[in-house]
Amino acid sequence: MSYIKINNDLMTKEIAEGLIDICPFNAFDYIDSYLSINAGCKMCKICIKKGPVDICELIESKKVLINKSEYKGITVYIEQRNNIAHRVSWELIGKAKELALKTKEPVYAVVVGNDVSKIVAEALSFGVDKVFVYEDEAYKEFNVEVYTNALNDFYQKHKINIILFGGTTQGRSFAPRVAARLKTGLTADCTMLDITDEGDLLQIRPAFGGNIMAKINTPNHRPQLATIRFKMFNEPSKVKPFGEVVNENSDNISKETTIKILETFEKPQVNDISDAEIIIALGRAFKKKKDLDLVEPLRKRLNAQLAVTRPLIENGWFDARKQIGLSGRTVKPKLIINLGISGAVQYIEGMKESELIISVNSDENNKLFAISHYSIHGDIFEVLPKLNDLLDQIL
Amino acid sequence: MKIITCIKQVPASSNVQVDPDTGVLIRDGNNVKMNPFDLYALETAFQINSMVSNVDIHSVTMGPPSARSVLEEALYMGSDEATLISDRRFAGADVLATAYTLSQLIDHINDYELIICGKQTTDGDTAQVGPEIAEFLSIPHVPYVKEIIEVKDKSIILRSTYEDYDEIVEVSFPCLITVDKGSNVPRLPSYKRRVAFKDAVIKTISLKDLKDKNPENYGLNGSPTQVDEIFPPTSNTDSIKIHGTPEELSASLLKILKESKFL
Repeated sequence: MSYIKINNDLMTKEIAEGLIDICPFNAFDYIDSYLSINAGCKMCKICIKKGPVDICELIESKKVLINKSEYKGITVYIEQRNNIAHRVSWELIGKAKELALKTKEPVYAVVVGNDVSKIVAEALSFGVDKVFVYEDEAYKEFNVEVYTNALNDFYQKHKINIILFGGTTQGRSFAPRVAARLKTGLTADCTMLDITDEGDLLQIRPAFGGNIMAKINTPNHRPQLATIRFKMFNEPSKVKPFGEVVNENSDNISKETTIKILETFEKPQVNDISDAEIIIALGRAFKKKKDLDLVEPLRKRLNAQLAVTRPLIENGWFDARKQIGLSGRTVKPKLIINLGISGAVQYIEGMKESELIISVNSDENNKLFAISHYSIHGDIFEVLPKLNDLLDQIL
Repeated sequence: MKIITCIKQVPASSNVQVDPDTGVLIRDGNNVKMNPFDLYALETAFQINSMVSNVDIHSVTMGPPSARSVLEEALYMGSDEATLISDRRFAGADVLATAYTLSQLIDHINDYELIICGKQTTDGDTAQVGPEIAEFLSIPHVPYVKEIIEVKDKSIILRSTYEDYDEIVEVSFPCLITVDKGSNVPRLPSYKRRVAFKDAVIKTISLKDLKDKNPENYGLNGSPTQVDEIFPPTSNTDSIKIHGTPEELSASLLKILKESKFL
């Protein structure tokens, strides 16, 4: 097995303290002049790369390597509810086609449901090579156990390279089940995807609470799985359908489940910020509810929708569906004005594709400024009242 | 009724940065705390305890020996038992290897009706470990639970919340649920319990105690994914910085909006 070996023959107090210092996970214990690694180690290997020479060494076990050329096809799982596909599925087909250009792989869609002919036709219109269809009365409503069996059957038959899932509430519950069934990796909430010539999917996502990005790959397992949030990628343009429909026989796939849906309640519709063209986004700087009035004149003029960062959801001022960020919605409006937002990566990843980004903040080192087209360095409580005076004048 | 709650110790601050020159992680102190989502998972277990009789709550965590402190906190809040699973050979575990290790631990404990996890952790942020544990144990899972409606002998009725809808489901034991933040009000550790559990024994389990003892299935070896590289988020636009008095700034903002035809 792979592990980090410590050469304690060369150990000194200085070396031990130096290593303890560079380890981000407190994984070294130095007791009785002996340095050891505890279970806190995340195998980041910084002690090997940055530590003194010949002290820490990676001992790697030999692995049987898979033949990657046997796995072909980039597949998008088409999420549907009440026979309406979630639009994230089409965005993922767009991305899959982009990746497939590099590796010359086919692009597939897989649909599980009952009476899904419309969805199949729609998938074909986005230019997939094949749509695999699992149709049965038992697939009418999403059930994580029953659907996992269907996807397992799909993979066992076709040995494809990649399956992409929408990072929706359903997808984030379903994809991990599939990953554990197929004993493979799954990267959540990728914000960028790329592919090597060999077909290794490069999955980029915010890590460590969102302040840095990590590039993750799945070097020796197939299929490679990833979830991607809605509005991360663009919906592809429609083409004249050329793909083939493959109806899979599901008779011998278990449809047993111990989960029974007793009742479903639709949530009342809120104006969806994912579709808004103009957004004014408010952050933590808004301390009192009355402060929100300051924004109203500009909001009316622009006919903008208000969106917020997490603190303004947590204090109960706004519906959770008004939150921008990886734990909320991803938005791509024509204009976004950020007011008093500090710009955690979680937030930035949720809005950085906006066409015009204007940010107002009193902190010049605010991280949002780096991705804004216009960074206005000022206090919103001074700028907004003046702006409202000006708006009054122009009628 | 036996309930297992899976909890995790996470960094107290997510303020982590990468030194752009050396690629070394810079952490904002070494303080740790219980994953905030797990507080709601624990409270859900305590609520069930008040709904039916004879509930035994067993909290488990995977981590270094120092992760014991989150188990102590769980005991002081209301858990009856606690087990730490810790082994150097678990180092470098990704989601699959973590979920597999926890499923082996739960298999070792064996006797349970319900497993409760927080929806996600604040350091990993994947929300994947809960569902993967359930799959390894071949039991159903219900995500995003916000209310326990009824606890029956052989099943439980729950309200679960998705993006556009809520669902009330009945699921048979054994099963796993994940609980979102805000679904209840977690209690604080009690002083009385702190005194009562002062000498409580926290069991420690390592690889040798598990049914599957093959180290190839754990830690880095058992992890299909690997982190190639970590890097600071990039900025990709030429930002125009505007300074001035509030009057000048508001005039500039108005000018930008007019020029880009939004006003």
